[in-house]
Amino acid sequence: MVEILDWVRWGLNHSDRVLMLTFEHLRLSLPAILASLLVSVPIAAAANRLRPLREVIVSGTGLLYAMPSLPLFIVLPIILGTGVRDMINVVVALTLFGISLMVRSAADGLAAVPEHIRLSATAQGFSPWRRFIGVDLPLAGPAMLAGLRVVSVSTISLVSVSAVLGVQSLGSLFTDGFQRSIVASIVIGILATALLALLMDLLLVLLGRLLMPWTQTARTSAGPVGRGRGR
Amino acid sequence: MIEFRHVAKTYPDGTTAVEDFSLTVPSHTATVLLGSSGCGKTTLLRMVNRMVDPSSGQVLIDDEDLASVPPVALRRRIGYVMQNSGLLPHRRVIDNIATVPRLNGVSKREAHSRAHELMELVGLDAALASRYPGQLSGGQQQRVGVARGLASDPNILLMDEPFGAVDPLVRMELQRELRRIQTEVEKTIMFVTHDIDEALALGDQIVVLKTGGEVAQVGTAQEIVEAPADDFVAQFLGVDSGRRSLQTVPRPGGGHTVVDGGGRPVGVLEDPPEGSSEPRG
Repeated sequence: MVEILDWVRWGLNHSDRVLMLTFEHLRLSLPAILASLLVSVPIAAAANRLRPLREVIVSGTGLLYAMPSLPLFIVLPIILGTGVRDMINVVVALTLFGISLMVRSAADGLAAVPEHIRLSATAQGFSPWRRFIGVDLPLAGPAMLAGLRVVSVSTISLVSVSAVLGVQSLGSLFTDGFQRSIVASIVIGILATALLALLMDLLLVLLGRLLMPWTQTARTSAGPVGRGRGR
Repeated sequence: MIEFRHVAKTYPDGTTAVEDFSLTVPSHTATVLLGSSGCGKTTLLRMVNRMVDPSSGQVLIDDEDLASVPPVALRRRIGYVMQNSGLLPHRRVIDNIATVPRLNGVSKREAHSRAHELMELVGLDAALASRYPGQLSGGQQQRVGVARGLASDPNILLMDEPFGAVDPLVRMELQRELRRIQTEVEKTIMFVTHDIDEALALGDQIVVLKTGGEVAQVGTAQEIVEAPADDFVAQFLGVDSGRRSLQTVPRPGGGHTVVDGGGRPVGVLEDPPEGSSEPRG
């Protein structure tokens, strides 16, 4: 019990540093999460188009996740020509892990768009591109959001590894604490990372509700038609 | 006017959907393609908006060969209503109806006000405008589908078994409504169905199809009922099962009951009121 109080006191005393590191943590993870999504969607769409190669592409990108993260952080700069502690290095590595999780969600989500709805959209005069943006993408949204939530949690936890290389993030609380035997620093680092992952997850769920309001109402339609939300 | 000139369709996998089909669909009337599944009726319908291109032959709209018309632009000037409505589940009713005008670049405000008019035309409560399709009944969804098909005021309306998935009572109601709407809008309608009663109820011209898009008979409802061209048409009509050969039997209380060939009662006979030509079921 006494220890918990110690940890809290330590956290409060170092709140400036914790906040700064949280900010650094987000600065690394948010671009990686976003890039994972942006890169995965075209890969997934292409994989669905190239039927015979679909499984190869989807499973192949999935295998990226098997790469050990620490060596990747060290090998990437050699390929990219950046420094080991460069932010870009970390973001690219995290994006690769994100893609490995995201491509399958996106490919499955896009493939699950009902054929009769795609056909109907074509018959109304949607061009292939407009149909992709206006019909396929939004209808694959719920599946993609589920994938993105996993990417978000995974990315936020993986960022910490880069602290070993000396890149600042909440993981630095862990490495510092470990080197200087400050248990409170380690505990606060872990808690703050978990809390950040939780908050991001909540944010994504809220964003999903905001962007995909029809997914909320679809559930109520099973019973007697609910009262319309008048506008 | 829509014209099919010796069209054929063989799919890449080798199946022949249509062998040699010719037909003229007059403007401002409803033509029904009637046939069982696999007769190529949907393939023929989709040739009109180039969802399917014929392997040989021509399809023309007002003497313009469709082969030279860009498909996307063509589809935006032809209404299309399909089974299971095909509504976009992520868009509100009002936005679904406004789809084609919006694709054509009409402002949102204008498209919505047009959509409201159409909801009234097809008998949809204005309160449903902000619902999502998943919150509507099957019959309501089909009404939205019809409204969407009419939204850009197309000359041609293609309907692919639009009432196939709703229960019989709702289907009859929708058929009645479609006839009413047609007297108002006078579109050139091509309607695909496998339901003979639906064909008789809706078609100014009925085309009975055998497999491979072979035409068994073309005619009005009256012509087809009175003089089926061959056994195939007769069977489709249900002549051999006695469905179409009706007889009257006296009722104990006076008047007559109408029974079919199997002796099953189908209705009662009444003296038609003066001036009415359309008997009611």
